[in-house]
Amino acid sequence: MKKEILVIGGGIAGMQSALLLAEKGHKVYLMENTPAIGGYFPLLDRQFPTNSCGVCFMSPKPPAYCPIYETDFHENIELLTCSELKEVKGEAGNFEVTYVKKPKYVDIEKCNLCGKCKDACPVVVDREFGDGLEKRKAIYIPFIQAIPRSYLIDMETCTKCGNCLRVCEPNAIDLEEQEQEGKLNVGAIILGFGFEPYNAKAKGEYGVGRYKNVLTSIQFERILSYSGPSLGIPRRPSDGKEAKKIAFIQCVGSRDIACNQEYCSTVCCMYATKQAMVARRRSEDLESVVFYMDIRTMGKDYERYYEKAKSDYNVRYERSAISLIRELQQTKNLLITYGTETGELIDEEFDMVVLSVGFVPPEGSDKSAEIMGIKLNEYGFCETEEMNPTATSVPGIFVAGAFREPRDIPETVVEASSAAADVSQMFDKFEKKEIGSKSEFPADAKPNVAVFMCDYKGAFKDKLDIDTILGYFGKKSNIKMVEKLDVTSLKESVNKIIAKIDEGKLHRVLLAGYRGLAISKLLKERSAKVASGSCIVEHVNLGEQCADVHIGNVKVATDKALRLIDAYLKMLVKDELFERGAKVLNSRVLVVGGGLTGLVSSLTLAKEGLDVTLIEKSDKLGGNALTAHYTIFGSEPQPLLKKLIEGVKSNDKIEILMKSELKQTKGTWGSFKSIVSTEGAEEDKEIEHGAVIYAIGGREVKTEEYSYGKSPRIVTQKEFENMLANKDEKISKAKNVVMIQCVGSREENRPYCSRVCCAHAVKNALKLKEVNPDARIFVLNRDIRTYGYMEKKYLEARDNGVIFVRYELTNKPEVKVANGGDLTVTFHDSLVGDDINLEPDFLVLSVGIESNADCGFAEATGTIINEDGFFVEANPKAAPLDSISKGKYFAGLCHSPNFITDSINQGKAAAERAAVLLWEGVQAFPENQAFVIEELCAGCGLCVAACPYDARVLDEKLKVAKVILDLCEGCGTCVSTCPNSACQQINLKDTQMLDMIQLMLD
Amino acid sequence: MNDKPKIVGFLCNWCSYEGADRAGEARLKYPANLRTVRVMCSGRVEPEFVIQAFREGASGVLILGCHPGDCHYKAGNYKAKRRIDLLRNMLDQFGIERERVRLDWVAASEGEKFAKVANEMAETIDRLGPLKL
Repeated sequence: MKKEILVIGGGIAGMQSALLLAEKGHKVYLMENTPAIGGYFPLLDRQFPTNSCGVCFMSPKPPAYCPIYETDFHENIELLTCSELKEVKGEAGNFEVTYVKKPKYVDIEKCNLCGKCKDACPVVVDREFGDGLEKRKAIYIPFIQAIPRSYLIDMETCTKCGNCLRVCEPNAIDLEEQEQEGKLNVGAIILGFGFEPYNAKAKGEYGVGRYKNVLTSIQFERILSYSGPSLGIPRRPSDGKEAKKIAFIQCVGSRDIACNQEYCSTVCCMYATKQAMVARRRSEDLESVVFYMDIRTMGKDYERYYEKAKSDYNVRYERSAISLIRELQQTKNLLITYGTETGELIDEEFDMVVLSVGFVPPEGSDKSAEIMGIKLNEYGFCETEEMNPTATSVPGIFVAGAFREPRDIPETVVEASSAAADVSQMFDKFEKKEIGSKSEFPADAKPNVAVFMCDYKGAFKDKLDIDTILGYFGKKSNIKMVEKLDVTSLKESVNKIIAKIDEGKLHRVLLAGYRGLAISKLLKERSAKVASGSCIVEHVNLGEQCADVHIGNVKVATDKALRLIDAYLKMLVKDELFERGAKVLNSRVLVVGGGLTGLVSSLTLAKEGLDVTLIEKSDKLGGNALTAHYTIFGSEPQPLLKKLIEGVKSNDKIEILMKSELKQTKGTWGSFKSIVSTEGAEEDKEIEHGAVIYAIGGREVKTEEYSYGKSPRIVTQKEFENMLANKDEKISKAKNVVMIQCVGSREENRPYCSRVCCAHAVKNALKLKEVNPDARIFVLNRDIRTYGYMEKKYLEARDNGVIFVRYELTNKPEVKVANGGDLTVTFHDSLVGDDINLEPDFLVLSVGIESNADCGFAEATGTIINEDGFFVEANPKAAPLDSISKGKYFAGLCHSPNFITDSINQGKAAAERAAVLLWEGVQAFPENQAFVIEELCAGCGLCVAACPYDARVLDEKLKVAKVILDLCEGCGTCVSTCPNSACQQINLKDTQMLDMIQLMLD
Repeated sequence: MNDKPKIVGFLCNWCSYEGADRAGEARLKYPANLRTVRVMCSGRVEPEFVIQAFREGASGVLILGCHPGDCHYKAGNYKAKRRIDLLRNMLDQFGIERERVRLDWVAASEGEKFAKVANEMAETIDRLGPLKL
């Protein structure tokens, strides 16, 4: 049942949910209260931990353009910008939504972006994008890549002088435009409200707004952007000089009860580290100092990133509280006075100070929540249950991303996919589809070629001599049709051209005009679906890349246009006829691992109607979760686990193979073959499937450090939790308990952070205090990483008298076990400045988590694991659960150390990614795939090594290279690698390219 | 103006060609003697293309791809970098100034950077004058 869906919030979370649901055929309304979609993402030039962008991988079917474009182009997504909720009635499956569209005062259908209004406007104000670092006019485009692309007027600052009206040729401006109401009927709602940066001006002592060289991290992010005011070079606002010494101040508006911000914003440690690294790359000899309380780099690969910042990027981390910032009159440098851990006060001078501002709920989210009747938590973010993280208090309304809890992009992408899975489970039932045949034209026929010049809202006028162009190509005998199409919208362009293709039986179409990319992308998708399947569409941009950049010189522009069209036509016309292949996809998904994550994945897929084979190594479903008794917030995982196991067992879509191990996965996405051996079975079983989810989990690390194993009184956190849950008497009588964090973690042999141990320690300490309030508990730690709302529990533990003492890696605690079994723990307390001896009743070790994946497993399944044993993702940021080879996903502890909430989200998200991949049942291959001219191929194998997708293989018998069409994405890397020109690319062959170059230069 | 020495630009489909669109939307100007060819990936650009451009009368060649780490085909831009660096070393030996070939990164949002690189390239080629082979 196809339902319309409303996604509110056009940031990373909203776009991800919208794209996944739209791919499944739902009409999605993406509502956004600002004028452009993308959220905070367009601000981020570089992202941690890759220091690149790579968000293009977020789209379900890469290679793709940026998700902002993909969302804009998607035929099932309708953008509702500048819109706000007014009323929501009804219930899950049938919500009646009323919204208000605020006026933009510029008609997007008419505006041709000429920019004359902006030049005429006399009002100059701060630009919101980048937190006021740059200026804009009252009539403006929010930022350069803003989508939808249109001017709008900010009525709060507009003086209604009328200058813009006088210069606007298409009459697109209406200063009297009123707000409009709209109504939607949707089956479900997903909230991706995101966050708002904390207003640093409220922390007046840091001087933001008063001292020129004190910036918020939002402003500094803009400075580091290549499209920013100093083209990415960190320059001081006061004098434009390159900054050489920058201070980053953490937790501005986070972990600060004084300003009513109790929780940790989770991402600031990482983004400050990133900013320091990027700045260092852009400015030689730059030195950075990060002032912090605890460094919280607990995500996948984040700890290494932090270490790298220290060792390679000249970043110093100073654990300290800032007591004062002063601006020096002459230089506008900033003098920071800070206290060290030993209580010393130090003055240090900086060129620039960046305040790492935390996340707060976005303005208006409380109002929207009230309209929908959803509960918010004490901080104003959305309240959800730990065991059902995406469900709000209203059935049918789901939440994802920072609006649930401040978080980074990978987690947002995962949670948004998880929310999409929730909606999908409500409405989607997979059906096997018949594959239609495409009409082809005879191989010996000459293709019908057409050139369409799409004139977007009359923008060619006075810039290109259209008649000359039409006349020139009209005379060419190999071109059937040359036309100028007047269009005002994308949809109109696409519809007009599709009609022309059908009418004129066109085989080759060149789009030469405005918005070439958008039109051709939509056309390609449409033409791959409709009967005109064999039509090849190309585009050359005569608008933005010719007419608009040579304004005032019609002759030159026209000349360039002729050359460009000629060259691209050459490419298009010369090509032989290639049939674009397609493959049929197997709709079964193999889920490896019957732990919590695997169970969630299996059930999600089965509920959406896909077939599932679930294999479990042991004789019991449930995995690690079976021994989890309670979470830090007191939720119990067992009821959920029981429900999941029952659900999986009773679902007839799920085939369960117990005591079974995966031996191998072969083949490509859509048609994998896996070999599974079951204990007791005579023969191995071969399973055919279209996608696979590895949820093989992890385990508590075995340690020998700190005398573990030498006394029954030395236990791991997990063992301790078990004793607590079983109400062990020895515990209720314990007087002293010492916990040591990071046992074997964050050091040479295991340099990653296991993420969960700090919370486990806090949780067990609180539990112990509950049953035994007099127990003295010491938590020896290096940083306490109770990120997000867990900070509250950390504070609670401290309030309850739990003592947290820091130790350094160079000065670890020492443990002695006496003959009688008595323990002595010795550690250095830097606050006291002395060594302390304790004789605890119990020593609890936080030993961390290890992945169950190993090299053997990776090799057998064609996946890659990182140095720490966790799976390597296609893109850590935007495709966090996708393996590098398509159709393979992973989730849970084999992805990274995780909490149960994360595992639930990952389980659902991986299932949803797999479901979207297989949903259509058939998938056309990408254009421009590689092929081999076998007579020329020497079988050298260079192409095999060059291919990033493992799509090239050598046929050992024939000694020629082959292309696996299932895997080839059409990048052409192998083509340029081939020394014999034996390897070519459809439509972009060497000869075509050389001809193009020649024609360009005629 | 048409007699200006010509420059051929190879732009990757995903980032740089889009960046050029942004330059147009912002009405930034750059000389018309830059003619651009869209390739799927900067890794597709063969040294032969560069040589062909010079042979057919170009005085400069500009290759633009996604920023490192952002390649839509994972690592094509790194391959382009290695290949073009090698080629530039060779050009010296042919008596072609290495500045006539430039490889740079332009993301889809970087209209200003595109225009900046295009203008810089045009200045460089103006300074070097037409290539005589």
